[in-house]
Amino acid sequence: MTVARPHIGRERPSGGFELYSWYFFRISGLLLIFLAIGHVVIMHVINTVDEIDWQFVADRWNSPFWRAYDWLMLFLALLHGLNGARLAVDDYIRPQGWRVLAHSILWTLAIVFLIIGSIAVLTFDPSRFETLAQAGG
Amino acid sequence: MTTETMRDVHRATTRGITAYRGYRPPPGMISWAFHRITGLGVLLFLLLHIVDIFLVNYGPDTFNELLFLYRHPVFRIGEIILVAGLYYHAANGVRIILIDFWPAAYRYERQLFYGVIAVFLAGFLPTAILMIRAILT
Repeated sequence: MTVARPHIGRERPSGGFELYSWYFFRISGLLLIFLAIGHVVIMHVINTVDEIDWQFVADRWNSPFWRAYDWLMLFLALLHGLNGARLAVDDYIRPQGWRVLAHSILWTLAIVFLIIGSIAVLTFDPSRFETLAQAGG
Repeated sequence: MTTETMRDVHRATTRGITAYRGYRPPPGMISWAFHRITGLGVLLFLLLHIVDIFLVNYGPDTFNELLFLYRHPVFRIGEIILVAGLYYHAANGVRIILIDFWPAAYRYERQLFYGVIAVFLAGFLPTAILMIRAILT
């Protein structure tokens, strides 16, 4: 006798946005295992919050590699996390109006935090402050 | 007790094994609940983290002044909890992807859950020891 596969996890959606979201969730998750755990080990185990300060960030972001690393992690983590929050909203918020409101908040958060995060990672220019410090000192 | 649970208890006692598990949640439910809680927790920290890194653009004085927050003992404990949440989410995420792309894996659901706990502990215990040692020294 064959037993039907029980419901484990979320069913794969049949198409459209939900299917893209399903694939994105899994692919970004796999990449984030390396990006986020690498980040944690470097910034919280090898270095600690005692050593990390403005100068540490400035030195680190001298390298385009770490800027690219951090921006990719920012992009994937933010969308992965907010996609998860979207699924939680769909699970718990039933009334249509509240659901539209919750989704709007999540999309707004995605856009706003992607913009301010990208400004931080991509436009940060430490030399601006170094000349300022030299002029002042 | 409903007739159904009474029948379960009866079956369990006549077979002399502990087949009746009462209200103990199955592993799938525990792993799902932890996955959601850790996911939303890490997302919350990510949003805070994007705001703090945005402040590097305001120069060393502003950025370094705010670092007292992250160096506070309460945050150092929170930092370890954050890492625990991230590691669990990563290990359990691999289990989810495994079941998604290899449906027969559901037969080993319990073993996979124990595997997740083992991988989590193997990663988290050394990390936690190093982080606690850094706080104490």
